[in-house]
Amino acid sequence: MTWTDIGAVTDVPLRGARLVKTHAGCIAVFRTAEDEVFAASNACPHKQGPLSEGIVHGQKVTCPLHNWVFDLNTGEAQGADEGRIAVYPVRIEAGRILLEISALQNRSAA
Amino acid sequence: MKQKLVVIGAGMASGRVLEHLRERAPDQYDITLFNAEPRGNYNRIMLSPVLSGEKTYAEIVTHDDDWYAQNEISCRFGEHVVGIDREAKTVTGQNGTVGYDKLLIATGSAPFIIPVPGKDLPGVISYRDLDDTNAMVEASAKGGKAVVIGGGLLGLEAAAGLALRGMEVTVLHLMGHLMERQLDEAAGYLLKKDLEKRGITVLTKAATKAILGEDHVEAVLLEDGTVLDADLVVMAVGIRPETRLANDAHLDVARGIEVNAQMMTSDPDVLAVGECVELDGQLFGLVAPLYDQAKVVAATLTGEEAAFVPKELSTKLKVTGCDLFSAGDFAEGEGREDVVFRDPSRGVYKRLVIEGDRLVGAVMYGDTADSNWFFGLIKNGTDIAEMRETLIFGPAYQGGGQADPLSAVAALPPEAEICGCNGICKSTIVNAIEGGATDLGAVKATTKASASCGTCTGLVEQLLQVTLGDGFEMPTAQPVCGCTDLSHEDVRRLIKSQELKSQEAVWQELGWKTVNGCHTCRPAVNFYLLADWPLDYTDDPQSRFVNERNHANIQKDGTYSVMPRMWGGMTTPQELVAIAQAAEKYGATVKVTGGQRIDLLGVKKEDLPAIWADLNAAGMVSGHAYTKGLRTVKTCVGSDWCRFGTQDSTGLGIKLEKRLWGSWTPHKVKLGVSGCPRNCAEATCKDIGIVCVDSGYQIGVGGAAGMDVKEVERLVDVPTEEEAIEWTVAFVQLYRENAKYLDRAYKWLAKVGLDWVQEVLADPAERAALVDRFDLSQSVYQTDPWAERARPEVAQSFQPLADFTLEAAE
Repeated sequence: MTWTDIGAVTDVPLRGARLVKTHAGCIAVFRTAEDEVFAASNACPHKQGPLSEGIVHGQKVTCPLHNWVFDLNTGEAQGADEGRIAVYPVRIEAGRILLEISALQNRSAA
Repeated sequence: MKQKLVVIGAGMASGRVLEHLRERAPDQYDITLFNAEPRGNYNRIMLSPVLSGEKTYAEIVTHDDDWYAQNEISCRFGEHVVGIDREAKTVTGQNGTVGYDKLLIATGSAPFIIPVPGKDLPGVISYRDLDDTNAMVEASAKGGKAVVIGGGLLGLEAAAGLALRGMEVTVLHLMGHLMERQLDEAAGYLLKKDLEKRGITVLTKAATKAILGEDHVEAVLLEDGTVLDADLVVMAVGIRPETRLANDAHLDVARGIEVNAQMMTSDPDVLAVGECVELDGQLFGLVAPLYDQAKVVAATLTGEEAAFVPKELSTKLKVTGCDLFSAGDFAEGEGREDVVFRDPSRGVYKRLVIEGDRLVGAVMYGDTADSNWFFGLIKNGTDIAEMRETLIFGPAYQGGGQADPLSAVAALPPEAEICGCNGICKSTIVNAIEGGATDLGAVKATTKASASCGTCTGLVEQLLQVTLGDGFEMPTAQPVCGCTDLSHEDVRRLIKSQELKSQEAVWQELGWKTVNGCHTCRPAVNFYLLADWPLDYTDDPQSRFVNERNHANIQKDGTYSVMPRMWGGMTTPQELVAIAQAAEKYGATVKVTGGQRIDLLGVKKEDLPAIWADLNAAGMVSGHAYTKGLRTVKTCVGSDWCRFGTQDSTGLGIKLEKRLWGSWTPHKVKLGVSGCPRNCAEATCKDIGIVCVDSGYQIGVGGAAGMDVKEVERLVDVPTEEEAIEWTVAFVQLYRENAKYLDRAYKWLAKVGLDWVQEVLADPAERAALVDRFDLSQSVYQTDPWAERARPEVAQSFQPLADFTLEAAE
């Protein structure tokens, strides 16, 4: 496990997201109203909409392009839409966000 | 031979250790007890009732002098320990040294003092011990104003106590809602409301910049420049473990003194207990785990096996009349689900967090009667699959049942205004229904409610249903989304009549079924709140679609388009040069739009603040081409150049654009001003289109050239430019205040009727009031969003949080 400090929790707006660039593609780091953080692929499987720009509600995000909704725990698309985004281990320690990046190194951008 | 035990600190944890020790092995140790406070152990948790006057100090003493004497404990109270010598096994106090075989450190915690200027002024106190409490009681005797910094458990208890003692209290809290570690936003909102009912002012997102005063505190200055007068400042922002002695003695110390499960520090002859310890990275601030630790300490000291295992914790606030409870955790995890219950009429909110078939967290406000039952389910990890359906109703309620979707309307007070057009309140309508008006038409006919613009129709129908019960068949109204059963029109009316001024107020009072809405309702509610309460509500960017949050239009490849404003379609060579330079610098594609402006396409998100700064420097502001707000005012050259022009259409267009820009509207608003009926500005297919004629100005509204093509309908003809502007502004405000979110003007007009709009606007007083309200809103919202976001500290948020592609390339 390689936990890497990517920034302060407060760098991500409440009910919002920020982007992390990696060789395996962009990752969106979300912060909910309850101060939980989640990390998931930034690209919507539908038309590659940037999920970090979506509206965060509860533990879900809505894609800004065509309103697909994903559960940030599982990455599963909700409702009638079918698809899944990759989710990544992330945790908060002393106000910092730690992302587990071993899965993201040594992998070419798919 | 008796061993020697020295205890540093006479607090609740060490007090409990001493009790256990004397029970288990009364003769094993000679005990010396140091305490910096000049007194023995008292129930620190009950300081709040002492502060509020509900209890006295004598009532909260747990160990009095007799107890210490009977248990043969040599007390050195009021004496600070100055050092520990682990090699010599001695502890040195201000009045001399004593040796030990075993040492117990129980130094507790110290208040965290925020490092602002003025923190040491007389009149600034923390809230930890009896001396602090007495100081507050004394200060409050003179009355005056108190500012409590910190809206956590301690701060709120201090605030409530000071308010009971007659002080005017303001609580400052850095975060968005009170007690954010124990409560979610919804419960935090209810708590704030209850405190405000007691006359306590609560300011959230309030950062203290300095405490002001000469030789005594006089005021508190906030980061936003607000100055609050204060005769007393209570600092209650948090605590940190008191580890100085342990540090000096070179014990292992992280945030707290590190101990193992036997409560031993890195030196096996030195134990520690209470708020000063850290176990596996965890600190302990509530009394339950401290008592568990005390048991383990006593066992370890008497040579028995025991281990401390942290358990689930619950929190209750000791403010009489504020019933809240929280337990477990709401942190992220796969497959967690919320069950939310709200009863607006009783001010009740309950939220359960379920993972798999287990309850893992609970927050309750207003009704905490079942909290112990829920806490038991969390602690025991009970399988709740069988009772999941009815779980939130508590142990007594296993018969199923639905929350009443009509409860929000039923809960309205009789004087609540239902029909804003005609000023009809709830009781009038209910009286009419009870008097025989049993359908919508009859209510309209007898009360005039919903007889004008019709946006309160849904509410009137709900009143019919509440009053008549099954005797009334409800027509199906389209709810906003799955989060509520209310329609847009209902939500708008209720925001106005119940004076709901925050998202939390809407979620709670209108019984929302989700924690904080969804992508459908949240942007709508955000707009309704800012349109109705421009001074009270702050626009929430996180409730906006991407374009309005980033102030640029996202394109299908994730880049953005940038469009500066060109007032009335007029520009200058200097502006064109600046646009050309910006296009080259940021690699943008240039497109001339139908709204008489220039669009720069393909700009990367990271570059947005920079291109905005460049365009700002040339005197240009955002064109808001991305908003549900004022877009463009298209004009022809008018009487300035055109041989047919009857009026200065360009000049009027520029005046209108300068007046209206920056305003948020239910949907986009496009204007056109043509200088003659040849209509070169295509004004008659705009939301508002003005056609100049010799005798004045023809104002048309409700045009569109999108999915539907609509020609404007004539609102009014006016003789002067001044009146044309007044009518236009008043129309925009009427639309802002009444339309459903995402209804273009023509759709709204189809619902309320042009007749109604004309009737309202024909009244000069009403027109003036609408214009005033519009201008008030503009005083907040007519600012250039680009300039705000081009500032370096804000621009940073447009960059990636981290970039691992750069690192690996090196």
